[in-house]
Amino acid sequence: MSTRVRVLVRPKAGILDPQGQAVERALPALGFDGVANVHVGRLIELDVEDPSRVAEMCERLLANPLIEDYEVVA
Amino acid sequence: MRFGVVRFPGSCDVEDALHACSLAGEAVELWHADRGLHGVDAVVLPGGFSYGDYLRVGAIARFAPVMESVFEFARDGGLVLGICNGFQILCEAGLLPGALLPNTELRFICRQVDLEVVTADTPFTREATVGRRLSIPIKHTTGRYYAPDLDAIADQVVLRYTEDHNGSSRHIAGVCNEARNVFGLMPHPEHAVDPLTGSDDGLLIFRSMSLVGAVA
Repeated sequence: MSTRVRVLVRPKAGILDPQGQAVERALPALGFDGVANVHVGRLIELDVEDPSRVAEMCERLLANPLIEDYEVVA
Repeated sequence: MRFGVVRFPGSCDVEDALHACSLAGEAVELWHADRGLHGVDAVVLPGGFSYGDYLRVGAIARFAPVMESVFEFARDGGLVLGICNGFQILCEAGLLPGALLPNTELRFICRQVDLEVVTADTPFTREATVGRRLSIPIKHTTGRYYAPDLDAIADQVVLRYTEDHNGSSRHIAGVCNEARNVFGLMPHPEHAVDPLTGSDDGLLIFRSMSLVGAVA
């Protein structure tokens, strides 16, 4: 029996995120005004038998805690 | 001095690294899946795209079998040099402080750059004098050096760019660990070992390392 888990990984606040900035600059060019604070991260989906181990997976491999925050979404 | 250059799947600068090492000593190739370091005096992690650089640059390579031996080797004072992807791997492994992020302009950069030697008090730069300029190429997409506390690692900065190229904090191009036996840099000294290709300034690093072997 495995559980579907989603891990959201995003750049840590305060670290320059040029991808987010590029997207933020591109949207008004398409007529989408009023968009701010765009950040681009990563979604990792996995089926796990033991969801209690996901945090450790994040710390050791799925995210680099020095530069990224992660959030486990059931 | 016997250098061992590690080949990971996706390493693409092994040949130049072996050649550069052979100009300063003996050079042998090591294999990512082989824990053995085969009696080398220094380990070089070369540039490339180890394991496809999937997930994050260097994130998978850091768990390669050979890295278990590299950890022990580094802990025992062995010289470890990480170039470009090798630098990224050493940061992911926690053997060096900080991390490498995508270049500010989100583009692959390939150009000859000027570096300044910040310290000669490392086994990798002891042939240099502080302030010496080195002309060495960079070629990377993920070379923006970041560390959460730059003051804490100020004396571990070994090389700086003389101008901004990729958005690196304080123009940092290369750092060493506290014990100063592990060194990583984004520029490619192995591509600068012959005036034919523009500069032989990169030799200084390999020659410095070989001197250490002679002293020991």
